[in-house]
Amino acid sequence: MEVSGDREYIYSSIELDRYEGQVIEELKASSQEAIPDPDEWLEEELERNILLTTVDAIINWSRRSSLWTAMCFPACCAFELIAVEGPRFDLSRFGMEILRASPRQADLMITAGTLTWKMAPNVKRIYNQMPEPKWVIAMGACAISGGIFRSSYSVVPGYNKIIPVDVYVPGCPPRPEALIHGIRMLQRKIAKTPVVPDLPELPLKGKRR
Amino acid sequence: MTVALSGKEIASQIEEKSPGSVEESSQDSLVVKSDSLLSVAAFLKDNETLKFDYLNYITAVDYFSYFEVVYQLTSLEHNHTVVIKTRCYSRENPAVPSVIGVWQGADFQEREIYDLMGIKFEGHPNMKRIFLWEGFPGHPLRKDYLQ
Repeated sequence: MEVSGDREYIYSSIELDRYEGQVIEELKASSQEAIPDPDEWLEEELERNILLTTVDAIINWSRRSSLWTAMCFPACCAFELIAVEGPRFDLSRFGMEILRASPRQADLMITAGTLTWKMAPNVKRIYNQMPEPKWVIAMGACAISGGIFRSSYSVVPGYNKIIPVDVYVPGCPPRPEALIHGIRMLQRKIAKTPVVPDLPELPLKGKRR
Repeated sequence: MTVALSGKEIASQIEEKSPGSVEESSQDSLVVKSDSLLSVAAFLKDNETLKFDYLNYITAVDYFSYFEVVYQLTSLEHNHTVVIKTRCYSRENPAVPSVIGVWQGADFQEREIYDLMGIKFEGHPNMKRIFLWEGFPGHPLRKDYLQ
């Protein structure tokens, strides 16, 4: 429809008004039919329950949200860990209060305490029995470096001499809040882990990222 | 309260039974010759008025010129206690008779002393290291131990 140009306005030229009217008329003319829903073919139940995400995000979410801890508490830091598990600090808020007596059901090792060389082969064995993927939190000064026993003839100067450590929580012993912070740091670390390996990495079997 | 018996008093009783087995004695303790340790231990345990039926602990001290093994004994029946000691002068191959036949609780403590001090307990059925591992060099609680 042609807009007639017989009136003049102070704010704009007739040409401009005419152009605006044309755009509206064209859009109106081409918009008489409803646009069909692209998901129309889906059932209603299905439609409400589909969420799009990436494999990395979904697998890392499930891994970090329920870390099961292997029981390996050689010394006194264990009592702070017990406090963390207990009702006051309540680790179950983060979904990981469960402790496993069998390392085969665990994926997190919290190394709470001094490690002697006599005990070291057993800790390494517990670590090896844990299924992949697995993480280690070194809790306290002894676990990080041997602590005050570092120069002793019988003490391992840090768990990272025998097993790979992901997060270090300092303190002697660390406060329960510090351990919770360490666990949440580990969760953030897990969230960044690429789950699907790049193709050139595939032949490196058994190698831990 | 447990009464701490005088070492001198006990020493005179031991001397009566087996002369020449006490090396020296004081108010706190008495030192027994190591070759008569077993007979003294049996006497202390079986004598009706002493009856030291409980071994509190065994420990050892390195005095450079000799090692001293210390036993604290208690009678649960009479509620009294005494400390007896014995010495061994060899540094290369120190040995003391094991009291495991008299007090069974001596088992692990004698192994600990062997492990950390290097004193052998003759007659112990399982004389091997307990805290450290086979092949560990030296005995770390000795005064001349250097890493």
